[in-house]
Amino acid sequence: MSALLLRGGRVVDPASGLDQVSDVLIHDGKIAEIRPGILTPPGGEILEAAGRIVCPGLIDLHVHFREPGQTKKEDIHTGARCAARGGFTTVVCMPNTSPSIDNAGTVALIQERAKSAVVRVEVSGALTRSIAGEELAPIGSLAKAGVVALTDDGHCIQNNELMRRACEYARMFRLPVMDHCQDYGLVTDGVMHEGLHSTVLGLRGWPASGEEVIVARNILLAELTGTPIHCQHLSSAGSVRLLREARTRGVPISGEACPHHFTLTDAAIAGSEVFWKGDGSGIASEFFGGHALPSWPAYHTHFKMNPPLRSAADREAILQGLVDGTLTILASDHAPHTQSEKEVEFDDAPFGIVGLETELTLSLMALHHTGRLGLSALLAKYTVNPARLLNLSDGRGELKVGGPADVTVFDPDVEWTCDRADTASRSQNNPFHGWRLRGKPTATLVGGQFAWRP
Amino acid sequence: MSWTRRHLLDLQSLSAAELTTVLDTARAFRAIGERSIKKVPALRGKTVVNLFVEPSTRTRISFELAALRLSADVINFTAESSSLKKGESLKDTVRNLEALNADFIILRHGASGAPQFLSQFAHAHVVNAGDGAHEHPTQGLLDVFTIRERRGRIEGLNVTILGDILYSRVARSNIWALATLGANVTLCGPSTLVPKVFESLHPRIRVTWDLEEGLRGADVVNLLRIQHERQRISAFPSVGEYASLFGLTPSRMATLSPDVIIMHPGPINRGVEIASEIADGVQSVILEQVTNGLAVRMAVLFLLNGGRQGELAA
Repeated sequence: MSALLLRGGRVVDPASGLDQVSDVLIHDGKIAEIRPGILTPPGGEILEAAGRIVCPGLIDLHVHFREPGQTKKEDIHTGARCAARGGFTTVVCMPNTSPSIDNAGTVALIQERAKSAVVRVEVSGALTRSIAGEELAPIGSLAKAGVVALTDDGHCIQNNELMRRACEYARMFRLPVMDHCQDYGLVTDGVMHEGLHSTVLGLRGWPASGEEVIVARNILLAELTGTPIHCQHLSSAGSVRLLREARTRGVPISGEACPHHFTLTDAAIAGSEVFWKGDGSGIASEFFGGHALPSWPAYHTHFKMNPPLRSAADREAILQGLVDGTLTILASDHAPHTQSEKEVEFDDAPFGIVGLETELTLSLMALHHTGRLGLSALLAKYTVNPARLLNLSDGRGELKVGGPADVTVFDPDVEWTCDRADTASRSQNNPFHGWRLRGKPTATLVGGQFAWRP
Repeated sequence: MSWTRRHLLDLQSLSAAELTTVLDTARAFRAIGERSIKKVPALRGKTVVNLFVEPSTRTRISFELAALRLSADVINFTAESSSLKKGESLKDTVRNLEALNADFIILRHGASGAPQFLSQFAHAHVVNAGDGAHEHPTQGLLDVFTIRERRGRIEGLNVTILGDILYSRVARSNIWALATLGANVTLCGPSTLVPKVFESLHPRIRVTWDLEEGLRGADVVNLLRIQHERQRISAFPSVGEYASLFGLTPSRMATLSPDVIIMHPGPINRGVEIASEIADGVQSVILEQVTNGLAVRMAVLFLLNGGRQGELAA
């Protein structure tokens, strides 16, 4: 098998602390050597990486690939291609498919399809049967089938006793429990953040407390059971505050953030004019230069997701939580929906947006280009941190000689304009259409093979 | 004279000059409504579709009569009888209506923002006849018109809106029009239905949960119906408790200025938000609102069609 030399890039490996200009030699699908001045092996290919960042293949532990059952939105192969284009080499599929991933047979089906996907597609299993929140799913057989985590994502177990037992039971299998934090009583049929904009627009509010109540519940249950609980896609300042306090005390609780929650706010639902004049003015001046600001009307359903976009204060608290280490993981919550599903009244549109192809970029913009977080600390949230949470013991999430050559190369500074039609996804529900963005992957390697290159 | 809009989607975005243009035009139409021949040819050959995805009788009838008096052809399309029930999307329904060359679509819809959504692809003029808890612009216009006709002005008046504000599109349209035209707006009702966040909408708005304070100095009291259908968990313990805390009774009425006018968009719940004798009393303008609603809706259709006020003299 031929060799590949990534030459002259800035190699950043958060796991080892390595951050220097270096060469990386890949041989037989594995990392053979990392040091400056490696000579080109005979017959080997060279990828010039000067000015680029070379880092462990990125991991997104929160994607919806819609297979089985909803493949008009996405399937494992199209989703994996999105991941590769976004710089991701491992993804974890959420179990709210149709039927849901609550049995070993469905896990096997996805694993079979994943064999021919361009990136590594892992599976999370449901905590409860049919994600109905009523009785435990066969967690033991899901573990045996190879799921890497358990979650009812898209739904949330409301019964605290059931959640407690699920956590206790999962501990036996060393599987992390992940939770979509939503109290149904407080949220009811809310469709956007409860605040000034929901009041003006006359849309049902989804109050931040509807998330925070469950984050608090999860902290208490993580303490009670000792099972690590990971709070998915956190959106509110209160959630960050609760998590910070609990982590200080050593409670096994963690949280993730998605780029839309730390880039956009609920003002976007009032239309682009309101957003750019208010909460978006900083982004406009920092990243758009002389370029035209994208425009969209009020009630645009590409800004409808669950949990919803929140206030500017919440957005700032999420960023602060990422900076101070309260939030350890970045993820997309890639949630494709077709145009006809989204092109309806706001109340009737499904929640969710695509994200795999823009998330690294948006994270770089909000955290790296603004100088708030060092590159290595940022990339830890896409590499070693999710790898540890998922107990991936095969060397993924780090650059290690002898480990799998899952490597991402990106240009942190290249400027480009996002076009929602330029995607590998089956869906185009992308709120960043027309945005001026900075930073982009230039190659994604899975096991030493190009999963994607321009 | 200031009107260049293709659609009427909300009152939030209308300027004082635009609001005044509608009110002035409505006054001309009210005069026409008092003639023996009430019809004008302004919309002859035009087709107006009343697309009512959420049931309503009085608003639909008012729009229908407004269109007929402007000599338009009118089609009534309700959710019960329509393909929307069979799963057709709003977009497809409207495209079908436009294939019949509809010129105006009057939309009543339970989802906030539905008229904005429709206006993005419709070629016809879109008129919002009430969307969710967002706005009901023609109701707001007819309320403001009624106030101006009775009190001679809007600026500087103290207007109290009493009742369910949170779920009310009527309240929001009134708030924007009144604040833009310079009235002071007091929102009053139970704390579950009148959240403080409304004070952030405009500096001229204040919220109070105390009826006595809410009524003090009022020139106009606009009572809103309690919308049981939009509440998930009852926002107050009982209709009886609501009536005792917030109902407009004769003894509370006695504390108000004799010039005060009492408004209600209907349908009224006698004995709940308003005592019967007040609803039927001399200060009540409830039926005048209905009459004015027709004139306002004629004015809106006329202006959207490119009509100029001067044309009405003939």
